[in-house]
Amino acid sequence: MSRATPTRRRTAPRTIPALALVPAVLALAFLVLPLVGLTLRAPWGRLGEILTSTPVRQSLTLSLWTSLAATAIAVVLGVPLAWLLARGEFPARRLVQAAVTLPLVLPPVVGGVALLGVFGRCGLLGASLYDAFGITITFTPAAVILAQVFVAMPFLVVSVEGALRGADLRFDEAAASLGASRWTTMRRVTLPLIAPSVAAGAVLTWARALGELGATITFAGSFPGRTQTLPLTVYSALETDPDAAIALSLVLLVVCLAVLVVLRGHWLGQVTR
Amino acid sequence: MTRLLRARAAGVALLAASIAVTLAGCEQPGAVTSGASDASSVPSSVTSGETLTGELVVLAAASLTEAFTELGTAFEARHPELTVAFSFGGSSGLAEQVVAGAPADVFASASTSTMETAVTGLAEADVGGADDLSPTLFATNSMVLAVPRANEAAVTGLADLAREDVTFALCEAHVPCGTASAHILEAAGITALPVTYEKDVTAVLTKVRTDEVDAGLVYITDIDHTVTGIELPAEVNTTTSYPILALPEAPNPAAATAFTRFVLSGEGLAVLANHGFAAP
Repeated sequence: MSRATPTRRRTAPRTIPALALVPAVLALAFLVLPLVGLTLRAPWGRLGEILTSTPVRQSLTLSLWTSLAATAIAVVLGVPLAWLLARGEFPARRLVQAAVTLPLVLPPVVGGVALLGVFGRCGLLGASLYDAFGITITFTPAAVILAQVFVAMPFLVVSVEGALRGADLRFDEAAASLGASRWTTMRRVTLPLIAPSVAAGAVLTWARALGELGATITFAGSFPGRTQTLPLTVYSALETDPDAAIALSLVLLVVCLAVLVVLRGHWLGQVTR
Repeated sequence: MTRLLRARAAGVALLAASIAVTLAGCEQPGAVTSGASDASSVPSSVTSGETLTGELVVLAAASLTEAFTELGTAFEARHPELTVAFSFGGSSGLAEQVVAGAPADVFASASTSTMETAVTGLAEADVGGADDLSPTLFATNSMVLAVPRANEAAVTGLADLAREDVTFALCEAHVPCGTASAHILEAAGITALPVTYEKDVTAVLTKVRTDEVDAGLVYITDIDHTVTGIELPAEVNTTTSYPILALPEAPNPAAATAFTRFVLSGEGLAVLANHGFAAP
């Protein structure tokens, strides 16, 4: 699919008037300069020492495994949801679609408060969990993962839903006419077709989960090694060791850059196809 | 909640105003005559002929939220052309903002060490007039164990924090309330760890108030009708001092000085005392 892109690119003229070039360059500078500043202020000499210190290693490890777990959950639950949204026929579908994308625009802190309302010790489900089993979710890595799933899963759903809408239904019809059940069609025909989008959505979801701060600090609190993820460490280190905060920010920046570089080709391929 | 706070603030501001009338009389025997009941005589005695305008930005420790909100309302009442804006937060974060050049006029911290950080930082940043800054102490505070109203975990004192089934929240170690908390737990010989370290004391209070934790160490002044406070034994408790400083780069220096003076005035101290703060 994305292989078609380069040929298109060559034929289209790519120039813009000088008048538009000035604000464009300004916009670019505005977006890039802070990142340059971050790189310039980075304590390169202390980088190794900072990144291997115990609190940083703890939060790196925690961030890595919780964000991967959150991504896995998002894929397992999100792909079927996307399938439902793209192919299902049910009332108030637009409303459901809006609800699914809401966490994308909702301030994460609000997400955290909302999660407290459901999974907190006095929340809708949290209260019964606590009364029946003595289980509290808040202040545990599970809470970190829930917060990450909440803010990041919409990225996967939106990405996969778009791919499902764009996918050629005739393949599905052909499979069905040959006697394949809907489940088999999904598994053997549709899913392989949209696999690149699932992968792209998963990477984006992972990056968002990795960067989650607001919902986590509200819902999961902050405890080194247990709920203090990388962004929370950055937030806290700003007040005690700004160098460490910058070093960690650099790590997050590099990860996000890598994600975007990997995805850019894929997403462009999707859009221009 | 904001409306409630405002209503309460207004009520106390009225009370404060009546105290001010008497106190202002103490400070300036000549200024206030026996017509103290005449409210219009108050502004002139406090402003001493100076008209403050524009905006006054005050960075203040989270534990000062209620007291300073009331002081702000009272101060605005005296200077109708002035708006007072507060930013409440963890003292160390605010100190960081001060050093980074936040456009603020006054900084009130919950500990002398965070104020020291700010003052040193300003001096290192070569801010004009930062070499001879002298923050003034205006209040002291001590800690208390806050438990939710329901107190289902039946926490009765510090010793309960060591129990397996009890969860509690503390301030981050570098915020003044966190330093004090660490001190208290050490003195009480408690090695149990909290489930979370919060950015400032109000965040700890929120976790207790919403019953997400069984207890939290907060300032005595934070206790209101939403939580129950359990006093700590005097031998483990610590006292924190609150310094205030009119910042050298204040965009509104006249208002900065006037507000600092107002906090240290009889009326200011009365409002603080009303909120449980002790005199320095």
